[in-house]
Amino acid sequence: MSASADLARAFLADWDPATTRLESLRARYDAGLAWVSRPEGVGGLGASRDDQREVDGIFAAAGFPDNNAAANGIGLGMAAPTIFAVGTDEQKQRLLRPLWTGEEIWCQLFSEPGAGSDLANIATRATRTDGGWIVSGQKVWTSNAHNAVRALLVARTDPDLPKHEGLTYFAMNMLDPGVEVRPLRQLTGEAEFNEVFLTDVFVPDEDLLGSVNDGWRVAMTTLASERVSIGNSDADIEEAMVDVVERTWRSAPQRTRDVMQDRFLRLWVDARVADLTAARMKQQLAAGRPGPEGSALKVTFARLAQELSGLELELLGADGLGYGDWAMVRPTAVVFTGRDAGYRYLRAKGNSIEGGTTEILLNIIAEKVLGLPPEHRPDKGMAWKDSPR
Amino acid sequence: MTGDLLYSETEDALRESVRALLAANCPSDRVASMYDGDESLARDLWGAVSVAMELPAIGLPESLGGSGASAREVAVVMEELGRVVAPIPFLTSSVIAQRSLGHCGETDLLKAMADGSHVCALAVPFSSFGRTRGESVSVSGGRVTGSVAAVAGAGHADVILVPGLDGGDLTLQAVDAADAHVTRRSSLDMSRPVCDLTFESSPAREIARGQDADDAVSSGLLMGSAMLASEQVGVAEWCLETTVAYVKQRNQFGRPIGSFQAVKHRLARLWISVNSARAAARNAAVLVEPGDVPAKVAVALAQSYCSDVAVLAAEECVQLHGGIGMTWEHPTHLYLKRAKADQLALGTPAHYRARLAALNSL
Repeated sequence: MSASADLARAFLADWDPATTRLESLRARYDAGLAWVSRPEGVGGLGASRDDQREVDGIFAAAGFPDNNAAANGIGLGMAAPTIFAVGTDEQKQRLLRPLWTGEEIWCQLFSEPGAGSDLANIATRATRTDGGWIVSGQKVWTSNAHNAVRALLVARTDPDLPKHEGLTYFAMNMLDPGVEVRPLRQLTGEAEFNEVFLTDVFVPDEDLLGSVNDGWRVAMTTLASERVSIGNSDADIEEAMVDVVERTWRSAPQRTRDVMQDRFLRLWVDARVADLTAARMKQQLAAGRPGPEGSALKVTFARLAQELSGLELELLGADGLGYGDWAMVRPTAVVFTGRDAGYRYLRAKGNSIEGGTTEILLNIIAEKVLGLPPEHRPDKGMAWKDSPR
Repeated sequence: MTGDLLYSETEDALRESVRALLAANCPSDRVASMYDGDESLARDLWGAVSVAMELPAIGLPESLGGSGASAREVAVVMEELGRVVAPIPFLTSSVIAQRSLGHCGETDLLKAMADGSHVCALAVPFSSFGRTRGESVSVSGGRVTGSVAAVAGAGHADVILVPGLDGGDLTLQAVDAADAHVTRRSSLDMSRPVCDLTFESSPAREIARGQDADDAVSSGLLMGSAMLASEQVGVAEWCLETTVAYVKQRNQFGRPIGSFQAVKHRLARLWISVNSARAAARNAAVLVEPGDVPAKVAVALAQSYCSDVAVLAAEECVQLHGGIGMTWEHPTHLYLKRAKADQLALGTPAHYRARLAALNSL
């Protein structure tokens, strides 16, 4: 029994279940029981990371309202680690509490029509003005922009510098009148993503994260968190693809299973070994030996999700010809496996694109792990404004 | 629950000593000579590992003159033996035969094996999956008659453990190798050659019968399969490292071939596979000991995965070395032959996938 758990029980003993949801969450944050491994004063206790699951369990068992983490995946999974890493004390005090309680949903304004895998090619400009910056440009593939009140923004502040060096990172207010969010319908029928048009949006100096022209380094902090969370996928939130398809397998007709057994078993073995690989990566992280396995796991899980979901449709035969619903909805949380088999198959196609394409991740493994020579880059060292695009 | 899949400090230290010993005593040109009939390395290396580290007895309890190493530690030794395709009967004698003899409580024989002076082999085809029915050998009045094909580790064995049928009963018989006809076969993997064994009324001592004999054989083979996965990881790891080093220094079109994305991505994918194979093999080493259903699932998972990864790594090693990979001079072929023979050994991946289907009702 950890000291964190004792504090959680003591907190709950004093908690009045009649308190509103928001006030309850704020009180939990103020007591340091939000993310216990974080420092005191900003929602934590400076305790071990291992205590978190236990504390969450105690709150859940007591019927304490939860902070609907699924609706704020980018806030909790990417914005918070970034703010903890580079934010000022003032920013931590101001931004983290409403982030954790879910009062402020976050989105991520990184990708642009001309900056996908080549993320450093960002063209959105931030120019100096009194007390802050004026931002104009276009962002794309923005999950949750229609719900978000805050955004992680990377914009170009100095086009005379090489592309990686002239970028700056901001925590932008999505409610500014210069922000326009348009749904971007995807092949599943729904619009999980958005296009975001920024026209003379004002960002005050206090919302600069890190220092001017240091945005690339800060963005790498954010993306490392993203790959770890996508690689592990859904393990904690959603049912894993292999478990969903295993259930479909058990209910498939015997004649179908007879002809598909070895194909299914190969994927099943790969998926179970991937779980062991993920478990080993977590043990390495816990032992303070982080490796590049996050990128590797994402490559593996993307392939498996695609192949398993494709196989599932074949197992279903005539039922595989149906599709749940093509209506254009705008979901509040990303769903990979929670809907029907047709949706799972189509949505899985994005797994090898979002959060770093498989091709880019293989480059990262080849260069950072194996030490193979880097890709040829004709724009290297060149001022961004002069580089070929 | 997943056990600890990392290497402990003790295991790292063990690896370091074994690696140094093998680096000094197992040069690849002498492994290659085994294909041309010079088997001197097999005896020299067995002597070296017996004297310097008492490796043949590492997994035996201290009461029998061993080091009492766990399966996790033995697995680390297997990885290192795989990295040099060591031509010694460690898997067949120190892992499989010792486990079967341990099941039968054969302490005298195990003590004789502890200093490396006695080598044992279980007389089953190296391709055997899980168990044997012993139907090719008959037992009568303390003598065995029959034959067993493609047995690994029998070439230098002193004692052969022979499964054979006495009436309807499976028995396990200890036969002095001098009383058997041992015919060496020209083998795909001459660093672990297979022999055909023939017994003509050979004197034998029964060490187990019925269920006991069946359990002795299957527990030896289960432990062997778990440890083989770690050998396969070692083989794959050498192939990956050697290939990565080669593509960095081999230039074509005025640049290292390792700068071409087609090559980089192949090696990145291979790294992902080898890294996953390590997790599967560690998991098998952690769980194998009790021999229960979780042990069987873990071993089947590791064998389904690691066998193919070792073969893939060796095949990629040949391809990415280009012409040099096809030569006798370069050691890659030793790894390709070991990897392919290992894939067939103790059951193919397809056998293990079928077992997983049965164990998990898939």
